[in-house]
Amino acid sequence: MTAVADPSPRQRRPRQRASLGARLIGTEGVPILLVLVVVLAVLMVLAPNAFLGWRTYISVMINYQPQLICALGLTLVIAAAEIDLSFPSVITLCSLIFAAFYRFDNVWWLSWVGAGLSPEAIKLLQAQLCWLGVFAALGVGALVGFINGLLVARVGIPSIIATLATAFVWRGLAVFLASGRQFSLRDFNQTDLWHVTTGRLLTPLFSGDVVLRKPDGIPIQALVVIALAVLLWFILNRHRFGEALLFIGDNANVARVVGIDVKATRVKLFTLMGTLAGLAGMFLTMETENFTTTQGQASLLVVIAAVFIGGTSIFGGSGTIVGSYIGLLIVVMLQIGMVALGLGGDVADMVIGVVFILAVTLHMLVERPERLKGLGFGNR
Amino acid sequence: MAYGNVVALRNVDFAVGRNEIVGLVGDNGAGKSTLIKIITGVQRPTSGRLYIRDKLIPWSEYSVRRAHELRIETVYQEKSLGEKQPLWRNFFAGRQITDRLGFIKVKQQKEIADRILLDTIGFRGVGIDADSTVSKLSGGERQGVAIGRAMHFDADLIVLDEPTVALALKEVRKVLAFIEKIKARGRACIYIEHNLAHVHELADRLVVVDRGEVVSVIAKGEMTLHDLTDHLLALQAAKEAQA
Repeated sequence: MTAVADPSPRQRRPRQRASLGARLIGTEGVPILLVLVVVLAVLMVLAPNAFLGWRTYISVMINYQPQLICALGLTLVIAAAEIDLSFPSVITLCSLIFAAFYRFDNVWWLSWVGAGLSPEAIKLLQAQLCWLGVFAALGVGALVGFINGLLVARVGIPSIIATLATAFVWRGLAVFLASGRQFSLRDFNQTDLWHVTTGRLLTPLFSGDVVLRKPDGIPIQALVVIALAVLLWFILNRHRFGEALLFIGDNANVARVVGIDVKATRVKLFTLMGTLAGLAGMFLTMETENFTTTQGQASLLVVIAAVFIGGTSIFGGSGTIVGSYIGLLIVVMLQIGMVALGLGGDVADMVIGVVFILAVTLHMLVERPERLKGLGFGNR
Repeated sequence: MAYGNVVALRNVDFAVGRNEIVGLVGDNGAGKSTLIKIITGVQRPTSGRLYIRDKLIPWSEYSVRRAHELRIETVYQEKSLGEKQPLWRNFFAGRQITDRLGFIKVKQQKEIADRILLDTIGFRGVGIDADSTVSKLSGGERQGVAIGRAMHFDADLIVLDEPTVALALKEVRKVLAFIEKIKARGRACIYIEHNLAHVHELADRLVVVDRGEVVSVIAKGEMTLHDLTDHLLALQAAKEAQA
C-alpha cells in the first residue's frame, strides 16, 4: 500500500505525551470546573454570609436536582443536533401524574379509588399507591417523549417546532387532568417512598435544624442524580447509542451511510429525554410536596443555558455531561449570588445572559475558529 | 426507482464481476448516485431485483448493515466520515466492538484503528493516530481513511463515489494508487468519476448512464480517452436537442 498521508499544512499534535498541565486542561470538565471555582471564590468574598456556610450548598442539592436531570438529558439531545423545548411541560405533566397517585382524592379521574374509605385507610392506600405513581410518572414521561420522537423522526417536523407545539399540549393536558387546581401532598415526607428517594442522609453532621419539616442533610436525590450523570456519561461516550447520537449530530447523512438507524435513534433519544423529564417532575413534586400548574415551567432557559455554558456544541456532534452538570451549578450559583448581594433576579438574569454569550463564544473559538473571523480571531 | 412522479432509474441492468473495476460515468443527475445508494442499501428501489454472489436478495432484508455483512463497502465523496469524531470511532461506526450491553471496547478499537492507520493506510510520522479527529485530516487523507476502513472490513466490493472530487492533484494520485491496490488485492470496485481520464485509465469496463438508463457499456481498450469524450459529448448534444 502506498502512503496517502501527506504532512498537512495545518498544525498537528506530535505523538509524544503532552505536559501534565495541558492534559489536565484537555480533560473533560476541568476548564469549566475552574470557572465554577472562580465564580464561587468571587462570591465567597462578596457574599461570605451566603457562600462560606454549608446551608446554601445543601439548599442547592435539595432544590436543583430536577434542572440538573434535564440538563443532563438535554446534553444528549443537543449533541445529536436536536432540541427539546417541551421538557418543562413534561415536568408539569409528570408532576401531576405522580401527585395524583398520592392525592387521588384530588383528581377527578382517580377519586373513585378512595371512595367510601376511612381516613386511616386512605392514608395507608396513599403510602402504597405513590409507589405506583413513580412508574406512572416515568411511563407517561417516556410515552410523551416517544410521541415527540415520532413527530421529529417519522413525521419529519424539526424538533424545535415539534417540541414547541407539544409543550402546549403536555402543559394543557396537565392542567386539564388537575382541573386547573394546585394541591399539596400532605405528609408525603412520612412515607417509605420519601425516605428512599428524597430523604436526608448524614443528618448528624449538620446542625440538626429542621427546615420545612425536614432535617438538614444530604438529600438522596442528589446522589441519585450523580449516579444518573455517571450512567449518562457512559451512554454518551462509551455506548453504541451515544456514538450514534454523536454521528447524527455531526452529520446525519454520514450516520445513515455508516449504517446507523437515524430515525430509530432519534425516537429513542426523545423517549429518553421524556423519561428523564418525568423523573425530574417526580423529584420536584416529592421535594416540594406540592403540585402547581406551573411546576417546572421556569426551568427552560436555565437548563438550555447550562448545557451550552458547559461546552456542548451548538453545532451538534459533541456533548459534555460533566460540563452540563457544572454549567448548571454555575448558573445556579450566579442566581443565588446576585440575590445574596441584594441585587435581585433581574441582575442575575443579565449576568447569566452575558456569561452565556461569553461561554458560547469561547467554545466556538475552540471548535470553529473560522466562524469568528469578524472578531479578528479567524487568522490563527 | 422513482421519487414521487420522478423516475430516477429505469431498465437498469448493472453487474460487477469478481475482481473487476467498473467505471460508472454520466452527467450530473444521470442517476449514478441513486444507483449506488440502491446497491449499498441506503435506498430501496420502487421495483427491481438484486443478486449478490448469484443469490437473490429480497429488498426487505437489504440495508446498509446487510450490505456490510455481505462485504460491500462504500466510500462517499466527502460524506463517509464524522468530522468531529476521532478516527477510532469513525473506523467502527455502525459496527462497534461492544460488550453484551452495547458498551464500546474503546481500547480494542483504538488498537485496531492505529494498526489500520499504520499498516493498511500507511500513515507514518504524520501525527495522525486513532485519537485524531477527521477535521484535522486533508482531503486525500480522509479518502485514505475511508478506503482503509473498507479494506479492513475485508470488502469484496468497494464502491467509490467520486473519491477524488475537490482534491489537489497530488492527493488524487494517492487515491488512484489506492484503487489500483483494490484490484491488486483481488477485490472488485465500482468507481464513479467525473474525470474521464482517471476512470478510463483504471476501469476494466465503463458503464455510461444517461437520464436514468444505461446507454452504453465499453470494455477496456475499446475506446481511447478521446473517443470516450466524444461519445459522451454526443450523448449530451442529443439530450439538448431533445429538450
